Amino acid sequence: MKKYLPLIIAGLLAVLPLIGLSSYWMHILILVIMWSVIGMAWNLLGGYCGQVSFGHAAFFGVGAYTAGILYNKLGVSAWWGLPLSIMVVTLFALVIGYICLRLKGPFFALGTLAMGVILRVMAENLTTITEGDLGIMIRERTWIEKTWYFYIILILAALAFFLVKKVIESKLGYYFVAIREDQDAAESLGINTTLYKTIALSLSAIITGLAGAFYTNYMGYIDPKIVFALHDISIVTIMVVMVGGVATFWGPFVGAVIMVFLAELIRTIPKLGAAHHTFFGILLIVIIIFLPNGIVGDLPKLKKLLRMGKAA
Amino acid sequence: MTSVQLEVLLQTLISGLLLGGLYALIGIGMTLIMGVMKIINLAHGELMMVGMYIAYVLFSSFHIDPYLSIFIAAPALFLLGVLLQKFLINPVLKVEAIIPENQVILTVGIGMVLANIATIIFSSDYKTTPVDYATKAWYLSDYWKASPIELSLSMPWSVSFCVALMITAALWFFLTKTDIGKSIRATAQDKDAAMLMGVNVERMRVVTFGLGSGLVGAAGCLFIPIYYLYPDLGGQFTLIAFVITILGGLGSTVGAIVGGLILGVFESLTSTYAGMGWAPVGRFMIFVAALIFVPGGIMSLFKKKGLGK
Repeated sequence: MKKYLPLIIAGLLAVLPLIGLSSYWMHILILVIMWSVIGMAWNLLGGYCGQVSFGHAAFFGVGAYTAGILYNKLGVSAWWGLPLSIMVVTLFALVIGYICLRLKGPFFALGTLAMGVILRVMAENLTTITEGDLGIMIRERTWIEKTWYFYIILILAALAFFLVKKVIESKLGYYFVAIREDQDAAESLGINTTLYKTIALSLSAIITGLAGAFYTNYMGYIDPKIVFALHDISIVTIMVVMVGGVATFWGPFVGAVIMVFLAELIRTIPKLGAAHHTFFGILLIVIIIFLPNGIVGDLPKLKKLLRMGKAA
Repeated sequence: MTSVQLEVLLQTLISGLLLGGLYALIGIGMTLIMGVMKIINLAHGELMMVGMYIAYVLFSSFHIDPYLSIFIAAPALFLLGVLLQKFLINPVLKVEAIIPENQVILTVGIGMVLANIATIIFSSDYKTTPVDYATKAWYLSDYWKASPIELSLSMPWSVSFCVALMITAALWFFLTKTDIGKSIRATAQDKDAAMLMGVNVERMRVVTFGLGSGLVGAAGCLFIPIYYLYPDLGGQFTLIAFVITILGGLGSTVGAIVGGLILGVFESLTSTYAGMGWAPVGRFMIFVAALIFVPGGIMSLFKKKGLGK
């Protein structure tokens, strides 16, 4: 049963559009799946390899801008951004990795954060390429209905899930965990930590970049402040994983569901709409103090608490 | 080089140095916390933002001069820092988790809440404290009639710079001469040894976090006469503080001062010669260059040359 769980869930999700959900709900579903893709990508690097990145917006934005510039400057369909972003994002990941991976722990986190900001400022200022703050608008939408967008992101999510699972269950995954637990010990056992950290960063960046390229196609408009956003992309990515469960397969998915629904819920509260960062921040603080491994990661702890509650 | 070009260059260097002095104060707060607690405080800029809002409220409702509000804002921020450390950060330091960077993520959460609360209370409009000396300046030609070039020294900038210097000197005195200061430095050097010597490490951590917050709150009061204020301003100053600490060497107070000055001058040069929008890029170019070429920070270079301790 457990073996087929991913297939069952993918199947259930695949038939969802057939029951005639409204456009709004399709949008929410697409967002949930997109965020779980980004979350899975972050989890590969942060959860398994222990390299906490505060700059995943960099890769998201590069992916998004690859698609956008392709459309805007070369007149090619923005969908070609998906395959092309793999190459472009890998390049960026190698450069960023070269600079940031020499930092350890919290310093790596801040280094990547700075990288995200650098790329945002570059995108704002290189107006001849990126149109700067005007942003890039995809003028012809491919589909008006959201069904096909849904299937595309679902396929991306399935591929990402499959990739992460394969990587983690292979020797590579054990190297990653060894690096997370103790980098010096891993190094002394003959693991080329720099190489494997670079691999983890590149894989994670590619998946995030694909989500970014999809975002351009789906939303039809990007500007530097949206796709390179520190709080709304980089930090939300971390929250998706932290809330859902660090270093678990299902954590990012659970986290994405909670985060997207929470964001929508807060938006409906009158007058508090602008306060969603407060709620996110408080949720983050509560999660870190009480469930440091996330909902899926601390499931045994949660169950125990519930049982105690019932007994009392 | 014509005299106009020279004028621009010198003026840029002057404003860079003045800016650097203020940056140094922000950097010192972060480097203190980093040295003693071994964590990065990503809410540092947001704490400064809180300090600035305190100064703003004091100015707009009670007409208290921003420079005087240091005496209210810094203690208030000290208290806020102590509370944050005691009730949020300390518990997390004890929690076992897969990701060791939990405290860093926690400070991000704190920063988000602070910035957002400021947005709710003050809205996201830009605010300033229109003090009457804001545009006053000293001109070189007033003192030296025959001077071939014209330079000016803005009054609020210079006052802020001097106050920043005074605070830094006071801090240096505190850290080297007083008992608590020595205990803080001992904790930063070796936590366990300090504990064995009878230093209350827990309390030192709380005091350090408070001190770092108080310093950055004071920096906020120095910034507000010359800068505008909005709730999301914190993030960029957190990054500035971090770049300074990397540049100066982790946990080194002197390094933070040197790093702050370098960053200020460089940023001022980029905004003059490459355009305002590029100033943040210049800041991070320095950061990247420092990481690649001087990973130990400026202080490690001094040590190599036999200077410093």
